[in-house]
Amino acid sequence: MAKTLYDKLWDSHLVEQREDGSALLYIDRHLLHEVTSPQAFEGLDLASRAPHRISANIAVPDHNVSTDPAERAMPGYSGVDDATSRLQLETLDTNCDRFGIPLIDLADNRQGIVHVMGPEQGATLPGMTIVCGDSHTATHGAFGSLAHGIGTSEVEHVLATQCLLTRKMKNFRIRIEGEVAAGVTAKDLALAVIGQIGTAGATGCALEFAGSAVRDLSMEGRMTLCNMAIEAGARVGMVAVDEKTLEYVAGRPMAPTGDEWDRALAFWNTLYSDPGAHFDVDIELDATVIKPHVTWGTSPEMVVSINDSVPTLDANASESQRKGYERALEYMGLRGGEPISSIAVDMVFIGSCTNARIEDMRAAAEVVKGRKKAANVERALVVPGSGLVKRQAEEEGLDQIFINAGLEWRSPGCSMCLAMNADRLEPGKRCASTSNRNFEGRQGAGGRTHLVSPAMAAAAAIAGHFVNPAQLEAVS
Amino acid sequence: MRPFTQHEGLMVSLDRANVDTDLIIPKQFLKSIRRTGFGPNLFDEIRYLDPYSAAEPEKERRPDPEFPLNQDRFKGASVLLARENFGCGSSREHAVWALDQFGIRSVIAPSFADIFKNNSFKSGLLPIEMPASVVDAWFETIAQGTNVTVAIDLKEERLTDSEGGEFSFAIDPFRRHCLLNDLDDIGITLQSSDRISEFEAQHQAKFPWLFREASL
Repeated sequence: MAKTLYDKLWDSHLVEQREDGSALLYIDRHLLHEVTSPQAFEGLDLASRAPHRISANIAVPDHNVSTDPAERAMPGYSGVDDATSRLQLETLDTNCDRFGIPLIDLADNRQGIVHVMGPEQGATLPGMTIVCGDSHTATHGAFGSLAHGIGTSEVEHVLATQCLLTRKMKNFRIRIEGEVAAGVTAKDLALAVIGQIGTAGATGCALEFAGSAVRDLSMEGRMTLCNMAIEAGARVGMVAVDEKTLEYVAGRPMAPTGDEWDRALAFWNTLYSDPGAHFDVDIELDATVIKPHVTWGTSPEMVVSINDSVPTLDANASESQRKGYERALEYMGLRGGEPISSIAVDMVFIGSCTNARIEDMRAAAEVVKGRKKAANVERALVVPGSGLVKRQAEEEGLDQIFINAGLEWRSPGCSMCLAMNADRLEPGKRCASTSNRNFEGRQGAGGRTHLVSPAMAAAAAIAGHFVNPAQLEAVS
Repeated sequence: MRPFTQHEGLMVSLDRANVDTDLIIPKQFLKSIRRTGFGPNLFDEIRYLDPYSAAEPEKERRPDPEFPLNQDRFKGASVLLARENFGCGSSREHAVWALDQFGIRSVIAPSFADIFKNNSFKSGLLPIEMPASVVDAWFETIAQGTNVTVAIDLKEERLTDSEGGEFSFAIDPFRRHCLLNDLDDIGITLQSSDRISEFEAQHQAKFPWLFREASL
């Protein structure tokens, strides 16, 4: 019988299917970080349980670390001012030490955002089941793996049993067909998808991205796209394995080698949806008409293209929709009908598990090269996704391009995407951000977030307002 | 986990769609390494007139009188009435802990985000999906000044309200079984230990590269 990619991944990891619909799914890789793991380790302790399979786990601090290079240069956690944050970081180290969990610590050059580090190290491989106590775990589905975000109780469950207690989701495929215009990135595809199906459009589904525009994306681009599956309601985003996947994985520190590589290839080459496989939902988007996107409201589905204006309320809107629309506009300090390109920004953030890979750094650098940050932009932070991205960018001279343009070159971490650390928006400040959520208060209480691609964020840093990077004046 | 069999309580309404977990418990409270103490910061950014100060965490703050959870008429409410896609966004289970520790035992909405719904069962917080028309009618009644009390019977999957309405709802059978019988997920899964070991051995034979020590 023809199977979808999700069916194949599910079947190859199904330990037990029960009559009531619940199932035990075997977990190959478990990624941990400092924020959602302490209570899980505490739970193991209280029940005197040990991790089932140590080698499945890798931990790295990322959410609550400082990205200030001066603070990071200080030994251990002495650069962390906030005692609560320091305790959280120390607790990850202690737990890893006590339970024997492999840890990439803050001083390690490979430290970074967990969803950047995993693929870089080959800890993420095609055909795996991967979980992490973070909703953006969907990122890893770019490799033809089944990757779930989980809660802390599930972190404890996976540690104790190596299984996830779950039930099968529906199959949802989005085919994005055709060639995108110059300047249109994976981020724009993601935002276009969310704009089309809504933030709850794929709730209860495993979302496979397919079509020529997806195949044309680099692995970095596919990670950006899968990363935002959760913003369309799907816990899981996926792309089938192809040559690009294999090329990215080959030679990674934790990738198989020799005979095992050949055996792995034989399996990985089956990781696609069979022709004729059944999808509960199957839709198509025309890639050729997608333009660079900007969110205008407080949900990722509130999104338009750079050429558009802030929408006016649909005449058929319900009372609840009207309230939501008005609340979003009030929070964002915008009026319906205002052209997106007239919106000035106070801050720029280039980073996060969505857009902090080397390709993102290059795209942003290309835009700011030889230009200067606009005077009205108070700060523009560039936060590489990992120590390895940082090193690579520095080898390519990107850090100097950013610094010369007046942008800040930071150390790796989640930073202003969720603003747990000191990188945050002040109330009322407006930010062009390459992150994934524009919720009220997400980047700091009262902060106003517009989600964009790295090139668009860089262009906003230069122009001081949103602009299509292709329309920035030529560098003299 | 806390079991859930029957519960009767006052409903408090929060009239917004897509309530995300950042709104339920903002990030500054995720620095805690504990499972408790989140109740006072539930909906922190829309609940208080004064912003939270990390420097003075114990400082008294003025509640926003506009926010339903602060209103006298909803004092002691234990059932939260919400709009569609409740709990979207981040996987933080802290959102469930905050609701639970504030005293909410059940959230009723037309739809929930997957991870939140899944997390809520782990603390015995019951997410009940009801048709939008039923939810709309309760919002309307409450907005007109009439308080609504609901009695929830998980065993029968029945709900009655103080207006005389009777409704059925459906909960995932496995989750329902666990809540009714106070069963812990890990305990249940460990009953399948032999099956897990057997699967693991086959899996390792097929995919040996997945079982290498992390070469860090």
